[in-house]
Amino acid sequence: MKKSEVKFIDVTKKFKETIAVDNISCTFEPGTLTTILGPSGCGKTTSLRLIAGLERATQGNIFIDNDDVTLLPATDRDVSMVFQSYALFPHMSVVENVSYGLKMINVPKEEYIQKSFETLKLVGLESYEKRMPSELSGGQQQRVAVARAIVLEPKVLLFDEPLSNLDAKLRRQVREDIRELQQELGVTTIYVTHDQEEALAISDKVIVMNNAVIAQQGKPKDLYNNPKTSFVANFIGDANIVKTQIETRNKNDYGINFGGIQMKISSNIDLKDSVSIALRPETIEIIKEKTNNCMAAKIINASYVGNCYQYVVSSSVGELFIVSNETVNHFKLNEEVFITFDESGITILED
Amino acid sequence: MRGLVISWILIGSLGYFVLPWYVTGDGFFSIEWLLYYSFEDYGSAVAAAFANKQYWLLPIVIPLLLPLFAFNAKQNTQFYSNLFIYSGILGFAYLFLQGFSIGIRGWNFEVFLSLFGEVERQYGMGIGAVLTCSAFVFYITHGLAARGWLNGDNFIVGSIGSIIILVSLFVFFPIFRMFSFAFKSSGGGYELINFSNKFMNKGIWGLDCVVSNYGCGVVWNTLTMGMLSAFSSTILGLGFALLIVRTNFKFKRAIRILSVLPIITPPFVIGLAIIILFGRSGAVSSFLEWAFHIEPSRWIYGLPGIWFAQTLAFTPISFLVLIGVVESVSPSMEEASQTLRASKWQVFRTVSLPLMRPGIANAFLLGFIESLADFGNPLVLGGDFDVLSTEIFFAVVGAQYDETRAAVLAVILLSLVLFSFLLQNQWLGKKSYISITGKGDSGIHPQLPNPVKILTYSTIIPWSVLTFLIYVMILFGGFVEMWGVDHNFTLKHYIEAFSVEYMSERGLLWTGTAWNSFSVTFLVAVFSAPPTAAIGILTAYLLTRHKFKGKNAFEFGTMLSFAIPGTIIGVSYVFAFNVPPIEMTSTGLILVISFVFRNMPVGVRAGIAAMNQLDPHLDEASTTLNASSFQTFKNIILPLLKPAIVAALIFSFVRAMTAISAVIFLVSANYDLATSYILGRLENNDYGLAIVYASVLIVTMLFTILVIQLLVGKRKLGRRDQDDTFLHGNMG
Repeated sequence: MKKSEVKFIDVTKKFKETIAVDNISCTFEPGTLTTILGPSGCGKTTSLRLIAGLERATQGNIFIDNDDVTLLPATDRDVSMVFQSYALFPHMSVVENVSYGLKMINVPKEEYIQKSFETLKLVGLESYEKRMPSELSGGQQQRVAVARAIVLEPKVLLFDEPLSNLDAKLRRQVREDIRELQQELGVTTIYVTHDQEEALAISDKVIVMNNAVIAQQGKPKDLYNNPKTSFVANFIGDANIVKTQIETRNKNDYGINFGGIQMKISSNIDLKDSVSIALRPETIEIIKEKTNNCMAAKIINASYVGNCYQYVVSSSVGELFIVSNETVNHFKLNEEVFITFDESGITILED
Repeated sequence: MRGLVISWILIGSLGYFVLPWYVTGDGFFSIEWLLYYSFEDYGSAVAAAFANKQYWLLPIVIPLLLPLFAFNAKQNTQFYSNLFIYSGILGFAYLFLQGFSIGIRGWNFEVFLSLFGEVERQYGMGIGAVLTCSAFVFYITHGLAARGWLNGDNFIVGSIGSIIILVSLFVFFPIFRMFSFAFKSSGGGYELINFSNKFMNKGIWGLDCVVSNYGCGVVWNTLTMGMLSAFSSTILGLGFALLIVRTNFKFKRAIRILSVLPIITPPFVIGLAIIILFGRSGAVSSFLEWAFHIEPSRWIYGLPGIWFAQTLAFTPISFLVLIGVVESVSPSMEEASQTLRASKWQVFRTVSLPLMRPGIANAFLLGFIESLADFGNPLVLGGDFDVLSTEIFFAVVGAQYDETRAAVLAVILLSLVLFSFLLQNQWLGKKSYISITGKGDSGIHPQLPNPVKILTYSTIIPWSVLTFLIYVMILFGGFVEMWGVDHNFTLKHYIEAFSVEYMSERGLLWTGTAWNSFSVTFLVAVFSAPPTAAIGILTAYLLTRHKFKGKNAFEFGTMLSFAIPGTIIGVSYVFAFNVPPIEMTSTGLILVISFVFRNMPVGVRAGIAAMNQLDPHLDEASTTLNASSFQTFKNIILPLLKPAIVAALIFSFVRAMTAISAVIFLVSANYDLATSYILGRLENNDYGLAIVYASVLIVTMLFTILVIQLLVGKRKLGRRDQDDTFLHGNMG
């Protein structure tokens, strides 16, 4: 399959007064799977529909393989989409659904039938070709929708929250299938979701959107380990956001006093005296005995969630959320404890 | 794209260079014009221009062929789009300008006579002019599409353009023409004083009935009738709806069937039945005289009779509106009220009824509009009680023949109806408590409180019996000598109307007197149903799936013709289409066109309702799979809209079979319709024949509805047919 690059240059989309996408520029690398992640109403689906040609950009340009497709209608773009509701044509059988796009570009009958069958085989739906969509389970319908999209060998494959109508168990299975299929075909894929776990699990790159702009983009690991804003820190995984003061400066190295604990952090940008830092809950450790560089705290909530314990403690820097894998020797409510911090789990936020 | 442009240039040229430019006597499809072909009579525009000295037709060729210059230009250049837009506008404007300026007596306006001197006369536009005109419309829409309108989609821009042109031509132009007649003096000039003279008339506005025995003005009569009928039909409709939804009444199905019957009943059949039952020599009157010595009188003629007949006719319509309203009151709200310690009666009074209030008001306004527009019942039962719709008719048809008076009355009626329509559309349309949440409402509607239940039963059951009786009479009345007088079995009415004879030398002879009008009615109904459904569904698709400037005005324009009373359509068509450039009175075509544009709004409504049930992602999926908007419409939308298409086809067919108000003005000797034939029989007191004809019509309609359903078929969505989740999309 073709490996194509998709590029947004200063793209804006307005619906009357509301701005759905605000001056976005980004690149979707050829042959990769990029996820657009964000809360509802952040503009992620609109961005996807702009690529599909279902919406027209108000300003800016969209390129597919260096061809400006900004003004091209959906019909004429070499882009396929898997819809959230699947949008299978209910009056057509499975094979009719899959071959629909080929028929529209006048592919001869033997060829489109053969291609459709091959694609159905690829998604594991051979022998279902005569069924009507209403006679399939949710997961099977989803695979028909995927088959219908990839049979056209599009330059770009789009997914609009494809798993949201499946139950939790099936969701993991299907997302692995999608990733596997994408790797096999090597097609540039853009995937929209609001589920951060899903995004981290399948993507080469994640673009986090908030309020119509890109909040941050990067590899899943980078996003988790180095969130730039409190929004990203909170949206991807859990984070404790704490305000703190810079005490010493030495080029890129800063010393902070964090509730009595001295810590060293480094940053490429020039920091103000007061900064916010994000602490991942699993990088905070609770201990019974006082040691160096520790802080007194009190357990004010402890809940057992199966594979770990979740605590909320009150300390001199405020309430902190902590996750601990220790489930046997756990701490009790109102117990007086101490906490220590792993310096690698601390990120300085830009906002 | 190039192919499309070439074919339209060819179509336009065919119309201009080859086909007859003017109307041909017997219509295009009779080959008479080919057999007696001559340049003078049946020539194309070019031929006519030289043969008849109609030189003003020659310049049309310029805008027609101008787009040929576009062939070397690129699609998306300014030059390309402008060339098409301006050629189209130029051609279209010139075509109509010459059409309106030069008529059957030469120049229509003195000004031109003094400017340009004498010209030859010309007749109405024919097939050639129509094709050329269509080509110009295509040029305009193609140019706009090339300019990037609606994503440059030719199909969408073309459809919108065509519908706008058609609606303007067949809805707005006639109404406008009628308005101008309201200002016309007997001498032919147009002045405001003519309008005010006719408008300030005691016969229209007089209030004599309040203080004396004389009748009131026709406006007050009309308003009284509208209020009374709307009130009674709404109350009864609500009763029926409550009975069906909120009680476990045993004969629900029977009532549902009974409630559909009046829709397929020719308009004044109910009036006729009422006369036969309650008239001076009616069955009930005779019985009352025999039993209680009550002198038979003509009390039924006038307001009581009209009110009675309209209530019978409009209750089913109000029922159909209100059953939706009653059903849509969310049971969970009523259950919430019950859990808050409200009794059945309190639930009904404080929750159910207030939630239904906007729907009830809506049904009332609908009944009011229907009553004002009704023509058949006031005509048959009115007596001395004049209402606007019948007055308009008598102003044009009767001995007084006063076009201005007809136009003035029509303007008044139109204002009343449009005001109600606007009220219903703007105010009540939005004020609705019905909310579709998408969450399943699994509650159960509570039963009616006992007082309401008793009230409902005691009005609805006698009413149903009465309705039933009337239909039995219509069915069997045709088989007796004269209902109420002589009940001996006879087939003579059937023989008179529908006899068929076989003669060995001349074959089958349709000797019955009704055959001519029956076949015309049937054919007109058959020909008008498909275009009605097509335009309706296409409009619905454009309105629900595409955003464009002026969409609201577009929607309002397409819905408007439904609110315009048939009488007004009829009068305005007569005013507008009996002179060139569009000359088609006393043809079958005018009947078909009047039906199409009168019934189109129902197609639109049915289409919009059905489109809203379809997940918009289905169209988008089709578009991303390389299908053009036309292919999407054809492959996805149409198959899924089959139920709506069937509904629109059936409705327009039935309306065409039973309409009277508009067509009474438009029928002619060759193209008589069933309803006007029946009316003629009624005027001669030939009730037997009228009844026979009505029952044959009802049976024909039932049969045709069945055939339409078989032909169009059901949409197949698999084993579990009509699995709704697919159409709605399983969102969240």
